[in-house]
Amino acid sequence: MVGNSTKKIRALVVDDDRLVRRIHGMLLTRFGMETNAVENGKEAVDLFASGKCYDLVFMDMDMPIMDGPKATQMLREMGVSSTIVGVTSRSLETETQAFMEAGLDACWEKPLTRAGIISLLDQVAKKLL
Amino acid sequence: MQKQLAKMKQSLFDQGYLDEQFIQLEDLQDDANPNFVEEVVTLYYRDSVRLVQNIEQALEKNPLDFSKLEGYMHQFKGSSSSFGAKKVKTECTQFREYCRAGNAEGCKRTFQELKKEYATLKKKLEVYFQLARQAGPVEKACRPK
Repeated sequence: MVGNSTKKIRALVVDDDRLVRRIHGMLLTRFGMETNAVENGKEAVDLFASGKCYDLVFMDMDMPIMDGPKATQMLREMGVSSTIVGVTSRSLETETQAFMEAGLDACWEKPLTRAGIISLLDQVAKKLL
Repeated sequence: MQKQLAKMKQSLFDQGYLDEQFIQLEDLQDDANPNFVEEVVTLYYRDSVRLVQNIEQALEKNPLDFSKLEGYMHQFKGSSSSFGAKKVKTECTQFREYCRAGNAEGCKRTFQELKKEYATLKKKLEVYFQLARQAGPVEKACRPK
């Protein structure tokens, strides 16, 4: 799918729920991605600031210390062009809208599904080539 | 053993205890991670103990802090739905509605129901995973290489 490149897609799961980090992490790993997970938006921003790079970020909306919208906004301001997908358990349109406006490429409801990830892979792979 | 396991799983679905998300998780299991779902469920019951305690304490206050309670329940719902705990999820949703309506009695009542479903599911899954572990090795032995 990614041609003959041996480069793995690097994914980052940002969620304050340990269970969600475990599950989403496993799902992405099964897709052959190199996966990391952090607890809140600030840790995600710090990672990028330290020079780490991720092709794909799954950003939870509600988190302590720094929430999804704030972290997304900061990443975009830093010039991060990775695909950032908002993941939320709320479905209020106004909240999703605000989250999207912070700089998301897409916003989905939990839980992540195979189908959803497959739809992303094409987009992400193109960026890598 | 496999048949028994399949039957039990079907029954858990038919009775509404679990939903599709559980299957999604089982699909992630492989030889390297054969007990992933059991691990997830164990993690859930361990992590949620404190949350349940927090909610109970919060429900004893007078007047109730509905906003705080809703926050706790939001977390609870998230974890519960992540592995397909359907009935627990439903109670969480109901609880949040009562929070929004400022209905203290409704909240307390629903929480009792929630704890019941939470405990029932735990027992049922314990049996299920025990069966699965017994059935597992048998399946591997029978699988043609």
